[in-house]
Amino acid sequence: MIRFTRVRKEYPRTGVALNDVSFQVNKGEFVFLTGPSGACKSTILKMIFADELPTSGEVKVANVSSATLKHRDVARLRRKLGIVFQDFRLLEDRTVEANVSFALEVTGAPRSVIGSRVARVLTQVGLSSKARALPTELSGGEQQRVAIARALVNDPVVILADEPTGNLDERATRGVFELLRDINATGTAVMMATHNLELVKRSDCRTLEINRGQLVFDSHEPMTGQGER
Amino acid sequence: MRLAWREAVMAFRRAPMLNALSITTIAFSLFAFGLFGLVALNMSQALTRLEDRVEIRAFLGDGTASEAAATALGDITAFPEVASAALVTPQQALDRARKELGEFNDVFDAGLLPSSIDIQLKPGFRDPEHVRAVAARIKTYDFIEDVRFGEEWVEKLHQIRNIATLAGTALGLTFAIVAVIIIGSTIRMAILARAREIAIMRLVGATDSFIRAPFLIEGSLKGTLGGVLALLLTWATNEIIGRVAFSAAFFDLRLSILGIFAGALIGLGGSAFSVGRHLRDV
Repeated sequence: MIRFTRVRKEYPRTGVALNDVSFQVNKGEFVFLTGPSGACKSTILKMIFADELPTSGEVKVANVSSATLKHRDVARLRRKLGIVFQDFRLLEDRTVEANVSFALEVTGAPRSVIGSRVARVLTQVGLSSKARALPTELSGGEQQRVAIARALVNDPVVILADEPTGNLDERATRGVFELLRDINATGTAVMMATHNLELVKRSDCRTLEINRGQLVFDSHEPMTGQGER
Repeated sequence: MRLAWREAVMAFRRAPMLNALSITTIAFSLFAFGLFGLVALNMSQALTRLEDRVEIRAFLGDGTASEAAATALGDITAFPEVASAALVTPQQALDRARKELGEFNDVFDAGLLPSSIDIQLKPGFRDPEHVRAVAARIKTYDFIEDVRFGEEWVEKLHQIRNIATLAGTALGLTFAIVAVIIIGSTIRMAILARAREIAIMRLVGATDSFIRAPFLIEGSLKGTLGGVLALLLTWATNEIIGRVAFSAAFFDLRLSILGIFAGALIGLGGSAFSVGRHLRDV
C-alpha cells in the first residue's frame, strides 16, 4: 500500500536529507517511525502525502506513483489518507463538528452523508458530547482527538500521524495511542512518527528507525550492511 | 458552489474588521481614480463644447444665382463629414454680427456682409486635417469666393485635445495601476491571514479550484462594495464642489455601473492573482 523504493531526497541548501530508503507498509499495519530529531521522519510522511517529492527513487501510495504524479492528482491522493500533526492544525473559529465536516465538504460529499459520518467518527473518538465546542475550549488530548476524527472521516486507507502525542501529557498520550490502535484494529493502517521510545517499547508494533537520512532498523526485516542495528 | 458562497460569506463574518479595512482601502483607491475620472469627464465635455464651435464659412460671390447656391448647399450637406449646412443671407449675417458684437452693433451697414454657407462638422471630423479637406472641396465651386474656418484656432484646439488625451491616458493608467497594486496587496494580506486555513484545506484533499472559489467570490464582493462606496464618495465630493464652487458634470448611469463593475473585476482579478500565487508558493 505504501512502498518506498531507493528513495533519495536532496535539498538545494541543506543537501541530502534521505538516502536510499526502501520499505513497504501493508494494509492494516501499525508502524512506528522513530529516530532522533532531524532524522527526516517528517520528510518521509510528507512524501507519502505528496507534500514533497523524491529527488530520485519512487514513492508509491495506494497505487499512485511519485514518478507519474501530477499536481491535480495530489488532492485525490490526500482524500485516501488521514493526516494528523503534533500541533493539531484545527480551524479555531469553527466548532469541532465543523472542523470534521470540513474534510468531507471539500470532497463534495452530499450533506445527507456528512451529518451521519461526522456523528459516527465523533462517537468513535469519544467527543460526541463536544460537537458544538470550539477547539480552544478543549484540552490538548481532546483537540488531537478532533484532528484524528477529521483524519478518519473520509475512511482513509492509512492514517499518517506526525508526533501526534508530542504536545500531550502522559495520560492524553496513552489515550491518543489507544485510539489509534482501536482505529488500526478496524483495518485502517497507521503510520506514526514519534520519538517517544517508551510508547514504542510498550507496544509490539512494527518499528522503522531512521537516522541521518537512512533506514537503520526495521523490526520486521533483518537489515544488512552498515545500517544493521 | 453553494459551499463556496457560504465560505465567502463566513469569511466576512469571521473577520469583520479586516474585511471592512479591505473594502475601505479598495473604496479609497477607486475614489482617487473616480475623482480623476470626474476631472477627465468634465475636461472632455468642455473640449467637446469648444469643438462644437468649429465651423466652416464659405462666402458666396456677388450675384450668385440662388439655384446654384441651393444646389451647392445640397451637395455640401451630403458630404460624409458634414453634420449640417445652412445658407445665410446678408441680412441674417448682419443680424448675427450685431448680436455677437453687442455695444458695437452699429458699426455694420446692411449690404456690407456677403451671403455664406455655414457648415457644422460631425464629431470626429473637427480636426485640422478634415476641416482643411472639407474647406478645399467647397472651394472648388467657382461661385465660392472665400472659405474660412479659423485655421489657427482649430489647430490649437486640436493640440489641446491631443495633450489632454495623452496626459489623461497617462494619469488614468497611473491611477489605475496604483489602485490595482493597493487592492492586490489588500487582498494578498487577507489571503495570508487565512494561510493556515488554506494549508488545512489542502491537507484534507481540497482541489485548488475548490480553495480558489470562495476567495474569488470574496474578492468580487469586496470589489463591488468598494466600487459602490467609491461612487458614493465621488458623488458626495461632486455635490460639495457644486455647492461651494461650480457645478460639474457627473458620471451617467452607464459610467457609474461600469465603475462598480471595474471594482468587482479588480477584486476578482486581484484575488485570482493573489490566491493563485499563494497556492503556487505553498
